[in-house]
Amino acid sequence: MIDFEFEPQVVERLKMYHMVAENIMRPISREYDEREHEEPEQFFQTMWQAQSLADVAPGGDLKKEQGGSVKPSGPKLRNLLTCTTTEELCWGDAGLFLSTPNSGLGGAAVMAAGTPEQKTRFLKRFSEGEPKWGAMAITEAACGSDSAAIQTTAVRDGDHWVLNGTKIFCTGGQRAVEKSDGFVVVWATVDKSAGRAGIKSFVVERGTPGMKVARVENKLGIRASDTAMIIFDNCRVPADHLLGSAEVRKEGGFKDAMATFDATRPIVAAMAIGVGRAALDFVRDFLREQNVPIRYGISPRRLTAIERDFMDMEVQLKAARLLTWRAAWMLDTGKRNNLEASMAKAKAGLVVTQITQKAVEILGPIGYSRKLLVEKWMRDAKINDIFEGTQQINMLIVARRVLGYGNKELN
Amino acid sequence: MIDFELSEEQQMIRDTVGAFALDEIRPAARPADESGNIPQALISKVAELGLVSGAIPETLGGDGGERSAVTGAIVAEELACGDLAVAIHCLAPRLLAYPVLEMGTDEQRGAVLKRLAGAEFVVATAAVMEPRWDFDLTELNVTARRDGAGWIIAGDKCCVPLAAESETMLVYAKSAAGKGFGGVDAFIVPRGAAGVSVGEREKNMGLKGLATYEVSFKEVRLDADGRLGGDRGINYSRLMSESRVALGAMAVGVMRAAFEYARDYAKERKAFGVPIATKQAIAFMIADMAIEIDAARLLLWEAASRLDKGADALEESYLAKNYAAASALRVTDNAVQALGGHGYIREHPVEMWFRNARGFSMLDGIATV
Repeated sequence: MIDFEFEPQVVERLKMYHMVAENIMRPISREYDEREHEEPEQFFQTMWQAQSLADVAPGGDLKKEQGGSVKPSGPKLRNLLTCTTTEELCWGDAGLFLSTPNSGLGGAAVMAAGTPEQKTRFLKRFSEGEPKWGAMAITEAACGSDSAAIQTTAVRDGDHWVLNGTKIFCTGGQRAVEKSDGFVVVWATVDKSAGRAGIKSFVVERGTPGMKVARVENKLGIRASDTAMIIFDNCRVPADHLLGSAEVRKEGGFKDAMATFDATRPIVAAMAIGVGRAALDFVRDFLREQNVPIRYGISPRRLTAIERDFMDMEVQLKAARLLTWRAAWMLDTGKRNNLEASMAKAKAGLVVTQITQKAVEILGPIGYSRKLLVEKWMRDAKINDIFEGTQQINMLIVARRVLGYGNKELN
Repeated sequence: MIDFELSEEQQMIRDTVGAFALDEIRPAARPADESGNIPQALISKVAELGLVSGAIPETLGGDGGERSAVTGAIVAEELACGDLAVAIHCLAPRLLAYPVLEMGTDEQRGAVLKRLAGAEFVVATAAVMEPRWDFDLTELNVTARRDGAGWIIAGDKCCVPLAAESETMLVYAKSAAGKGFGGVDAFIVPRGAAGVSVGEREKNMGLKGLATYEVSFKEVRLDADGRLGGDRGINYSRLMSESRVALGAMAVGVMRAAFEYARDYAKERKAFGVPIATKQAIAFMIADMAIEIDAARLLLWEAASRLDKGADALEESYLAKNYAAASALRVTDNAVQALGGHGYIREHPVEMWFRNARGFSMLDGIATV
């Protein structure tokens, strides 16, 4: 039965996340945008101690199930609820959200590709001790969206796999393997001739010989989050760090990486929506203070340019949110959501980029000023149109699915 | 709790109406557009689906089914995917029936609904829009002023579907100095009342199968019981929200028709030795259509779901309808574009859907859920 309303206890829970966003993230939002590469230590500690809050990053809450400390009795619509809490926290600050210590995308990959034993072994750490991060490394200098073209190799040598290659744009990579006892999940090919089927994922932990964080990028936005280049030079990884099965077959392998995206794309879309809502809420309050009316219900032909712009921002954001919730809900209810996840991600990335640009435009010189956070949100928003699959790669996936084409027919 | 799944009954209604729309309505779409006429036999067949009588209580001769805005949106989308003109025509009696059902006095319900409760198609309609560029639901030019115990209606309406054949129409008029949606009432007006004159059939860019008219009211006198809801009046904002959900859902239906046609064409049509759908320029247009259809539908369902809970949905229905109207224009435009020169030719239906889609931004009040 169609319903778009949450139960009261979910609404209450979201209010708590909103308070964190407003009272813990917003006050340091500008500071860690200006002080790129510096560590918001207190924020890390706060979020780490509030375990339930640290649980919400992509894949972050998975440790509840596998870490052993919490029983696997998560809420029924776990992915959907993760989307809603993600939106709240990214309303606070998307960069800080991404820098929150938790298993992150690395955890999501372990969950998607790992054996039950591996899930417990690798994820347990996220519910004990000092703050830790998990990261995932797919992108290389010569392959971004074309992630099946991975060049990094893994060669078996006795009880180890030997990794060679360079990964870039690894979100949280430095914190995962240099600043904490976390790990990075590295995607590499064990058999180039096998193409996609030869691509496997490896958990590489801090201190593994041959791994080095070569640099941390300077970025347009989400500056509180580190984006690392990691070099693997004869990096020796224990054999049982290969996630899932080493066997090269058509199923598994790269498909696991893609399955990870089906779960993480709605979350990235929710991140985008959080940033977009920050801008929308700000503009709404601002217009109210200035006594600029927004008249719903009247003839569209009589609306002012501001009213039109504002309503368009509002409805586009809502459309993206509904697509996102649907994609997450499908995953929660056991439906294949590859198409819907890409729809949500493509739409959310695009509209939030536009919404935040429009917010700067509507506010004129004060919107452009760094005194407000609006210009920051415009910079932060743009990443959602790029990472976890660019808008274009998601459009390509949508097109393939609705046309019934594979990657040979449509590329 | 959040749920994106239709009930079993809704799924069944969607399948039934959807199949009917494709098999029976779609083939009639182009002939109706060219001739201006919808065959009576088709209209009777649609009436048998019980789309009007279904929600009328059994005590008044109807089927006593539950009325739901979400279900209404589903029906509107499916019918309009068959053809927009047929959809609006066949649902027109709802324009009288549903407001009376929801907000009428017992006497009004008895008098009006019994006639509309059967399985045959009984024509009825409502007059909402007015012939001026800045027509606005909140500022009607048609007025209703008290005259003793009764009322006098004066002014001009346009885009009134089936006005010439309707025995009774619901006329919306400004009755009080109140602002916004507050000052409007609806009146049950017999077509034969002195001062009511139905003008020539309108000639529009699209919706050519649908007969719509200008109707003028010259000092039309009504008794006190002509006012819908009696002394209570109506919740005009809610009625118009319901209408916007219906029109938005119809826009989704038109979009879907265009999307499916363009998608199939692009997979067949070859250029440079390959189907044009294998080119990103075309494939991305098709992907965009698919996303916009789902986005618009979800926005409309959300507004409809609020209405079903008895909540106010003025903002939601307004934003959703405007979104659907804009998307429908873009999607149908792109469908014409995907077909290239062939899209411009009347042998293919996409130009018709493009013309029909253009209407949504100005249409208000001519369909309801």
